[in-house]
Amino acid sequence: MEITLSSADAAFQSDVRSFIEAALPGDIKSKVELGQHLEKDDYVRWHKILHTKGWAAPAWPVEYGGTDWTPLQRHLFEEELARASTPRLMPFGLSMVAPVIMAFGDAAQKQHFLPRILSCEDWWCQGYSEPGAGSDLASLTTKAVPDGTDYIVSGAKTWTTLAQYADMIFCLVRTSSEGKPQTGISFLLIDMHSPGITVRPIRTMDGGYEVNDVFFDEVRVPQANRVGEENKGWTYAKFLLGHERTGIAAIGRSKQELRQLKVIAAAEAAGDGSLAEDGAFAGKMADLEIDILALESLVLKIVADEAAGRTPGAEASILKIRGTEIQQRLSELALEAIGYYANPYIAEAQEAGWNEPPVGPEYAATVAPHYFNWRKASIYGGTNEIQKNIIAKMVLGL
Amino acid sequence: MEFTLSDEQVLFQESVESFTAKQYDADKRRALSESEDGFSRAHWAHFAELGWLGLGIEEAHGGLGGTALDMAVLMEGFGRALVLEPYLSSMVMGGGALELAASEKQKSALLPALGGGALLLAFAFAEPRARYDLAKVATIAEKCGGGYLLRGHKSVVLHAASADKIIVSARTAGGVGDKAGISLFLLERAAPGVNLQSYPTVDGGRAAEVVLDEAVVTEYDLLGQEGQAHAIIEAVIDRAIIAVCAEAIGIMQTLIEMTRAYLDNRKQFGIPIGKFQVLQHQLVDMYMAHELSKALTYRAAAAIASAESAARARAVSAAKVQIGKAGSLVGQQAIQLHGGMGMTDELPLGQYFKRLTMIETLFGNTDHHRRRFAALPET
Repeated sequence: MEITLSSADAAFQSDVRSFIEAALPGDIKSKVELGQHLEKDDYVRWHKILHTKGWAAPAWPVEYGGTDWTPLQRHLFEEELARASTPRLMPFGLSMVAPVIMAFGDAAQKQHFLPRILSCEDWWCQGYSEPGAGSDLASLTTKAVPDGTDYIVSGAKTWTTLAQYADMIFCLVRTSSEGKPQTGISFLLIDMHSPGITVRPIRTMDGGYEVNDVFFDEVRVPQANRVGEENKGWTYAKFLLGHERTGIAAIGRSKQELRQLKVIAAAEAAGDGSLAEDGAFAGKMADLEIDILALESLVLKIVADEAAGRTPGAEASILKIRGTEIQQRLSELALEAIGYYANPYIAEAQEAGWNEPPVGPEYAATVAPHYFNWRKASIYGGTNEIQKNIIAKMVLGL
Repeated sequence: MEFTLSDEQVLFQESVESFTAKQYDADKRRALSESEDGFSRAHWAHFAELGWLGLGIEEAHGGLGGTALDMAVLMEGFGRALVLEPYLSSMVMGGGALELAASEKQKSALLPALGGGALLLAFAFAEPRARYDLAKVATIAEKCGGGYLLRGHKSVVLHAASADKIIVSARTAGGVGDKAGISLFLLERAAPGVNLQSYPTVDGGRAAEVVLDEAVVTEYDLLGQEGQAHAIIEAVIDRAIIAVCAEAIGIMQTLIEMTRAYLDNRKQFGIPIGKFQVLQHQLVDMYMAHELSKALTYRAAAAIASAESAARARAVSAAKVQIGKAGSLVGQQAIQLHGGMGMTDELPLGQYFKRLTMIETLFGNTDHHRRRFAALPET
């Protein structure tokens, strides 16, 4: 066991760091630092910069435009992206649908979709949850009925993140009602510009607009857009869940937010000194920092296991649970730290380019909305309770 | 960066498992715990043969030159079976103090016997009014002729009564609470003026109050530079913390396995209670706490050999906080999930819980190490 970086990895880290520093546009960096809303163009610009460098999808095989980096190098890359306050790369194409297409798609699908995902020509979203199918995902009812060489798709998907930007959606749809609910599901790639699709915004309590209802009214989808076999979609969806999971812990992002929290605590007054010097608050920050260190240690262990050829199993569920608990705790302590200035809500200050003087410290404007928004983390991607069911079953055999 | 155990470490792990599987069922442990020493000297001799006692000793003095990480592997195995032998007090602390403070001459005289199992040490650093502050040493070492006269009270000295020699911290200068002016002395346990009030501990071990009433040591019994021992004591205690954290990892794993089995076997409402989601999630919480603790402890163990003192202290305190919180969660939930059976002395469960609970009280509790961590800047 050796916990310091080899000189080659340290050199790699420093190359990545200098590239990002030079390449990240200042306006985007500032928005991320201030927690302001990002627009589609912000995400796309940054994605394309990385794509030009060949770093948009480090985890992909080289033949599809990925890199030959080790799992540790990929981890270091993620950490540097977070450290520099870059916008996160949308996972829906790069790390969700792409691995499924690589593993189960046909030659035409690979040839058409993968380069467009890599270059961010298509924006993808995920069509899993439905109004009646959340944690019990297999009970989904959006139907795909064969019609010649097409399917006719009808139903509704919900909580669809950034569907308002999307060109494509990957969907789980029901193609059979025989047998167990899991056995009648297929995996379809659907053009969001198809006639019959309606996107309806869902406003969240933080005032933001990220998620949507997506309605399908007799939407015609070529059967050529089905990945793999009919009625095998559940298997592909499970494969997707097991793929590239160490990123879910979001260690780099959490470390960056902790740095920001320390800055806030040092700036806020408490008693005769700063909040950072307040024993009770310092203790909470220390607990959180130790939680981050522990989770990071587990991530590094899993990364090492991956490098040794062992595929991580249900450990990913621990990463999801603890990763999101830590993110929520960070948002909670930031809220606590700013005291009274949690109260003002200036909608315009959530966006870039608002030039009025801030109410209270500049860092305070987005803190409460972030706290409210981040309650989602323990709900999305399989609630933390569902993750515990997975661990109970897969690891503990209960 | 490498985050897995070496082949050698895995071999150690297996050898501990095979020893404890034969020697450490609940009945044998109880009998040992109730014996005069509270452990087996035959086991201790066997540990020496297996190379476990020489593990942390420098190769120049007949040891294997192992690291804190190697010792953590051993301690985790000891925790799995609640091994009673005084590895922590004699090897990790006693041996650690010698390694860091003793002269070459002292090492040559002592380390071969220590690694061979012929010499047992105890480390008397704590005092009744010091709580977890290593600088609060009120015991006085007064220069007298060619040596020193020691006066004071050292508290809860683990395995003092079975030790041949006790390493004692005492003040040669300064006032209580000063880091400067603390020295370490090697004291014969049976010397005049060394009074032991020995007692069993709640977790089946042994400790003693050591009252020094004009105990005499010579200048040759001074370990290291006079007045410079604080940093050494801190380094020794940091190693001891890693050792008990690793022991706690082993204990937690055993508690989780026991609880897992109980959830399968115990039936209520006509089904195994492990089918109830509320109980499943509690076991999952225990499992996660253990996995995270293990990853952090081993990372800290790997760090302390190389890191300078502030980084070492940060890593060690982080591990102790994590273990403190995880330990009370895992221990308390294990009892809760066993229901009434968890309360009985019939199951070994309670022994594990008690040891885990006492680890929280050793070398600084969660609050102490949270403060220490918070006071240290990230490097």
